[in-house]
Amino acid sequence: MSAVLVEDRVVTPTPSRSPRLRSIVSALGALPTFVLLLGAAYCLFPVAWVLIAATKSSGELFSTSTLSLGSSLLANLGELNGYRDGVFWRWMANSALYAGVGALLSAVLSGVTGYALAKYAFRGRALIFNALIAGVLVPAVVLAIPQYLLMSKIGLTDTYLSVLLPSVVSPYGIYLARIYAAASVPEDVVEAARTDGASELRILTSIALPMMVPGLVTVFLFQFVSIWNNFMLPYIMLANDGMFPVTLGLYTMLKQGNTTPALYTLVVTGSLVSVLPLIALFLTLQRYWRIDLLSGAVKA
Amino acid sequence: MTSMRVSGRGGAAPKVAPYAFVAPAVVLFLLVFALPIAYTVYLSLFRTEVKGLGLGLGNRTEVFVGLDNYWRALTDSELGAGALRVFGYGAILVPTMLGLALVFALLLDEERVRARGFSRIAIFLPYAIPGVIASLLWGFLYLPGTSPFNQMLRELSLPEVNLLSPTGIYFALANIAVWGGVGYNMVVLYTALRSIPRDLYEAARIDGCTPLQIALRIKIPLLAPALVLTSLFSIIATLQVFAEPTTLAPLTNSLSLTWTPLMKVYQDAFGRGDIYSAAATSVLIALVMFVISFGLLRITRSRAFGGER
Repeated sequence: MSAVLVEDRVVTPTPSRSPRLRSIVSALGALPTFVLLLGAAYCLFPVAWVLIAATKSSGELFSTSTLSLGSSLLANLGELNGYRDGVFWRWMANSALYAGVGALLSAVLSGVTGYALAKYAFRGRALIFNALIAGVLVPAVVLAIPQYLLMSKIGLTDTYLSVLLPSVVSPYGIYLARIYAAASVPEDVVEAARTDGASELRILTSIALPMMVPGLVTVFLFQFVSIWNNFMLPYIMLANDGMFPVTLGLYTMLKQGNTTPALYTLVVTGSLVSVLPLIALFLTLQRYWRIDLLSGAVKA
Repeated sequence: MTSMRVSGRGGAAPKVAPYAFVAPAVVLFLLVFALPIAYTVYLSLFRTEVKGLGLGLGNRTEVFVGLDNYWRALTDSELGAGALRVFGYGAILVPTMLGLALVFALLLDEERVRARGFSRIAIFLPYAIPGVIASLLWGFLYLPGTSPFNQMLRELSLPEVNLLSPTGIYFALANIAVWGGVGYNMVVLYTALRSIPRDLYEAARIDGCTPLQIALRIKIPLLAPALVLTSLFSIIATLQVFAEPTTLAPLTNSLSLTWTPLMKVYQDAFGRGDIYSAAATSVLIALVMFVISFGLLRITRSRAFGGER
């Protein structure tokens, strides 16, 4: 068998091929790499464009060649900084608050709930789990409008809480945490602690949750991105633009750009500044983007 | 707590602890999921009736109208048109995005392909960028005044393409969603590919299969469950499209305020102040999504989840 293989390997690159044919073959061999790089270029292109466009003054934005650098990056940043007394930075801070606090609470809540659903057999467990999973499928709008109406009944609309509260429960996060708890917290460790007389709360806080940290970081990241990216919830809940997250703030600027095109430059510069923290977070915490947890349902 | 410790030693599961642990999530879930859903269903069965001239607040009363709001929504031509537009948009988006994601995932899985690490990060990167910002960026790339594509076409003296035209807008929106989602789906599929035992490919190679044949005959069939899952999530996301058309709307006249059913729900509720119609329409959208989700899961259950349950 191995003899055949060796022979096969020696025979295939036939020496009689013309150089032209050989170059075609090698070009075909590079095709997969080329296709992949083309995909990478497509995905990086708008990011490159915004980097370049942010250097242009509002006159240059519409007149100069798209891919040539402008000269006003600092001026644009200064103008963005001064726009309505620095409201842009307030929006950035708001986004960080919504996404940071929301994702942190969500990760803790998901961890505790996921652990309980994975490690205890109790009446109602299946019901709770199925209800949570159904929650994943409920479209955001079905929730956002009644959430708004209910919040307004208790006077919570147009507050930080109105955006934070609905972001804390993440059916998806609980689902992930449950998979992760099942896989990473060994039954005998819990059992041993129990025999040693540790209370269930202590087992949770000093054994289970620490073991689940890598999975909970994943939950945190997914939730952080999803809250940072959420547009509809703050769009519906908030009226006072001092509480806007950056996405909503930039959207309102773009809308005004219809009448004052000079704002377009600020929108472009603002877009650039607003994606930098996310890209940094994304690149530095890359190893925590554990998508294999998501496909866990598939792999079983 | 003490009683639990005793029962724990006896080998029986603790009784109180699990309920205490799930309680916060359950309470919050009831408040922000279950209650709003119930409230929507309730609202969808009512309507405000105005008595007299309808000037004072006291003249407005909520009356029960049964399924009338649903009947109105179902016969609303603008809602129907919006649904068709979203299906058209989805028909471009979902196959393109998953097709590209599949191709990229298969290429990442080929050892002889170069620059895999870089490409994987680059293609996944747009996932971190909010839909609103993505729409802003692409919006400027579509805008005839700032578009590098049209600049190129002008220089080559070819006719310009306006992606913000009433037909072009489908592709413009689909492109934004493909850009944002292809990397995520690629990584999900790639992860599923990595879990396939390598010796399967080795055996096929010895039998004389080319890498292309291995991809088509072994990898893609084994990826079926992951493809079902990614399709399901993509379809759900497609039906909920809201941020992208809302953001692009200020740049073009091709996007009305009711271009998608969700935008119409928003307009009904906050533009016209008719929360009752908005409620009925959102219940209908939710039902359509449930039917599609469960239909897709049921058809493919044996393949997708057969191994698990």
